[in-house]
Amino acid sequence: MEQIIFYILAAVAVIGTVLAISEKHPVHAILYLVTSLFAVAVVFYLLMAPLVAVFEVILYAGAIMVLFLFVIMMLDLGHPEKGFSPHWREWLPALLLSLVSIASLVMVIVSRHSQLAVPAAQSIPIREVSRRLFQGHGVAVELISLQLLFALVGALYLGKQQASSPGLPPSSAPERVSGSEEKSP
Amino acid sequence: MIVPLEHILILAALLFFLGLGGLLAWRTNLIMMLVCIEVMLNAVMLVFVGGSTQWGNADGQIFAIFIMALTSSEVSLALAMVVYLHRRKRTVNTDLFSEMKG
Repeated sequence: MEQIIFYILAAVAVIGTVLAISEKHPVHAILYLVTSLFAVAVVFYLLMAPLVAVFEVILYAGAIMVLFLFVIMMLDLGHPEKGFSPHWREWLPALLLSLVSIASLVMVIVSRHSQLAVPAAQSIPIREVSRRLFQGHGVAVELISLQLLFALVGALYLGKQQASSPGLPPSSAPERVSGSEEKSP
Repeated sequence: MIVPLEHILILAALLFFLGLGGLLAWRTNLIMMLVCIEVMLNAVMLVFVGGSTQWGNADGQIFAIFIMALTSSEVSLALAMVVYLHRRKRTVNTDLFSEMKG
């Protein structure tokens, strides 16, 4: 039963990703990707990792994809006729390289009959995961928190309005002047 | 573990190389490049969680959570940079951001 659900979810994830990367409209691509991420989250739940599954839904599908949608709508990029969708001549080498890589990797995985038995279904409790996280990997948690802080500071700096960045004189940056002229009306 | 580890690895490889192919094909659009990077990182997380379940070790799940935090910070910085570049040139076409002096 769970095996059948896994294969159905794998098909949903792969088809959703294919539709997401081949869709010309960015908003539709994000929505297809949300579908794929939900399928992967249920796969995580089937793999006895409920914490990662919940974080996948909350962080990936809930926060990151909404951030993408917000930026696409704020910058008004949802026009596929203006967008730079790839021609089929650009799809051809990408598909060729991906197919060669997928075929070689699948052949390696299938040909090497591993002696890994399918272990019994044993769930790692969240208490164990969090104890391992904060007791065994404390330095990594600190580093990740520092990295989030740096990302916050960098995003604040990049998102500031240009009037408050008097670093360059206007004569040395013509496109910046033209951009501000376009923005001002 | 409900399915053998090989099937999970094949699924993750499919997702990863779909993301890679999309990244190569959409190389003129910044937003879609970021979306394809998300797909690739998601596939990497699938490998970590599959290994964690196979060997009953919690470190794989912990590393998946680390990848998630890393991805959120990367996406926030990258999208702030997309907003900044769009404010300068009114486009997200990567071919137009070819000179360094700005």
